[in-house]
Amino acid sequence: MREQDPQARAKNFEEVACGYSIEDALRESERCMLCPDEPCIAGCPVGIDIPGFIQKLGEKDFRGAYDILTDTNLLPSICGRVCPQETQCEGVCTVGDSLEPVAIGRLERFVGDTAIKEGWVNIPYIEPTRFRVGIVGSGPAGMACAADMAKAGCDVTVYEAFHQPGGVLRYGIPDFRLPNEVIDAEINNLRKLGVKFECNTLVGRLFTIEQMIEEMGFHTVFVGVGAGYPTMLGIPGDSLNGVLSANELLTRCNLMRAKEFPNFDTPLPLGHRVAVVGAGNTAMDAMRVSKRLGAEKVYCIYRRSRKEAPARVEEVHHAEQEEIEFHWLTNPVAVLDDGKGSVRGMRCIRMELGEPDDSGRRRPVPIAGSEFDFETDLIVYAIGTNANPIMGQTSKLKLNKWGYIGADENLATSVAGVYAGGDIVTGAATVIEAMGAGRKAARSMKAYLGIRDSSLPYMAQDGNGAGSLFGIDLKERNFARVRVA
Amino acid sequence: MSRFEIIKREDFSDVTYLLEILHPMMAKVARPGQFVIVMLHEHGERIPLTVADFDRNAGTITLVIQAVGKTTKEMQQACQVGTGLYAMVGPMGIPSPISHAKKVVCVGGGLGVAPVYPQARAFKEAGAYVIGVLGFRNKSLIFWEDKFRACCDEFIVCTDDGSAGIKGLVTEGIKQAIAMHSDIDEVVAIGPPIMMKGCAEATRPHQIKTMVSLNPLMVDGTGMCGGCRVKLGDKVKFACVDGPDFDGHLVDFDDLMTRLRRYTKEERMALDHWEKNCRMQKQIEAASALPASPAPASKVKR
Repeated sequence: MREQDPQARAKNFEEVACGYSIEDALRESERCMLCPDEPCIAGCPVGIDIPGFIQKLGEKDFRGAYDILTDTNLLPSICGRVCPQETQCEGVCTVGDSLEPVAIGRLERFVGDTAIKEGWVNIPYIEPTRFRVGIVGSGPAGMACAADMAKAGCDVTVYEAFHQPGGVLRYGIPDFRLPNEVIDAEINNLRKLGVKFECNTLVGRLFTIEQMIEEMGFHTVFVGVGAGYPTMLGIPGDSLNGVLSANELLTRCNLMRAKEFPNFDTPLPLGHRVAVVGAGNTAMDAMRVSKRLGAEKVYCIYRRSRKEAPARVEEVHHAEQEEIEFHWLTNPVAVLDDGKGSVRGMRCIRMELGEPDDSGRRRPVPIAGSEFDFETDLIVYAIGTNANPIMGQTSKLKLNKWGYIGADENLATSVAGVYAGGDIVTGAATVIEAMGAGRKAARSMKAYLGIRDSSLPYMAQDGNGAGSLFGIDLKERNFARVRVA
Repeated sequence: MSRFEIIKREDFSDVTYLLEILHPMMAKVARPGQFVIVMLHEHGERIPLTVADFDRNAGTITLVIQAVGKTTKEMQQACQVGTGLYAMVGPMGIPSPISHAKKVVCVGGGLGVAPVYPQARAFKEAGAYVIGVLGFRNKSLIFWEDKFRACCDEFIVCTDDGSAGIKGLVTEGIKQAIAMHSDIDEVVAIGPPIMMKGCAEATRPHQIKTMVSLNPLMVDGTGMCGGCRVKLGDKVKFACVDGPDFDGHLVDFDDLMTRLRRYTKEERMALDHWEKNCRMQKQIEAASALPASPAPASKVKR
């Protein structure tokens, strides 16, 4: 796929990956062997009929490809950009056994973007029910759940604390990876399904989850508020000016548009030498944002090696192209003070890999006496998040020992009618996993409400499904589709 | 047109003004000590403001604002009755724990005078003996004296120049209250960090529980960015979701004050940029001989 030149793009916020042309997409679609065992479908957290949409694409039936995609995934433009395909569909692609796997994510994005450009939207025939559904959080989990519940005929209201909907897609992921227009388009699709968005609403404080069920007339509620609460390292100098969380940097830059300061009012700390601690997707975003804001040097400080870095392969690759300096096997031990309350530098220690730990990755162990100092004026922590405490403070929802909301395998919480999914249940994960959780919760919520619909390809939860669920064929998709020009 | 309509405005001085904003749902649940985050317009920043009062019947939230930076100065110009805010979210933060204390001193200075009022009233309603201590620069800046007198059993005003009440800082008022009452259970102090630090130091020798309300820089106000983190002894807390009220004897005020200065340079830039635009606007208007925009209201408008 064509990309912006690394030198040029490191100075702008335009999208890095330019997307496929029609010719590119057709050529790539031909590489799919349409193999009968369809490993990619099983590799997708939401079970998209991947060979199905690629086949339509190859036949130049782009609308047909879009129809198949939107049967299971409402947000193809988003997922095509931000899913970690290499560990999902593309990771199990049969072609990938011997050659590069089929670029499923890029094809998905092509179809999604074509739909946005052409103004396509699939409004299924919706039989209204009397049910009202409340959704807390307008991020990927909430959006996916809202789509399924709206398609099932429910009256859906999504609550968002920020002044614009989209959750992490809006405040977290920078424009050069996921342009705002794409988020707007996908949210408008939800509005066309009848979903209402209420921003500036802090659920828990303005009203509680219990009140939604008992007083506000919601029959069921989904909680997808994300993990929030960034982790600080807890080393000396943590509270110095010039140390901030990646969430703060990204929110200021993306949602509040601090990159356009002073035309937008929110300021942003600008560093000449920026050190980002961590090597996940958020860390990559923070580094590449810093580069675009004009930093001369951007360092990545990570205590494990490149192999263990949790970021998407493409993101690490893009960061390397943009001249981010990676310091693998390096762990911060202190932030150094300039004597005026700001950051002067950082002290780190070299690490080596020891025995595998609980996560199966080799545990990094410090090398004695290998401390060294370097100069930096801005330090960004991208080392994960803890559970946001607001739900726990304001509701009777049972929390697990880490403070996340406790949910069973159907994503039901301890309060009847209330379901939860995404980062607030699992801890920080990916956009597509949150969407998968939103859809799984929607299935449970429909069962709770007694809605039986066949608009979804039901997936057996275990091996005992024996090809049917309550007598419905697992592959059944017999809803009527109404096309809107 | 706007969603968060301003239905009343009152100017206490050339820098302090009061806004009443219609939000019946929030007015129903707001409690003393909580705050809101507002945005003036789509290009604005999110600023936290402590709820100064709420009227459950009228459905309004009262904010008292000091025009000190770009946003608060712009609001002073733009926020007139009938206009509205682009965003207001809340009530945020854990409500102040109104304890069963029998005798309480409620201290307010500068920005903190208004937000300490609902706490004083709540303590009074809970049956406590309430001593109000308020600090102003001079007599002409005093506001809400009647409201405080209505809910305080004793009321002490301190002014920097002695033009009303005691000459000196609120800490003088606290000392006077402690001298006269040996059985004070709790002190609540809200105001600039340096004042709250002084209050905490004044009560420390007497080991009187002292609660302070912190107002550090915030972005989201929901615990997501960590910009508002404060040091409490050896712990780090987020003022937005773990506070904003904390034990004043544990708060590291020096750290708080340093962190409040993080964006001083940018704040100056934003203010200059805006003032320059305002001047240009005026010149354009003068040049094209258009009628000047209405002067900012100086009296109560309803």
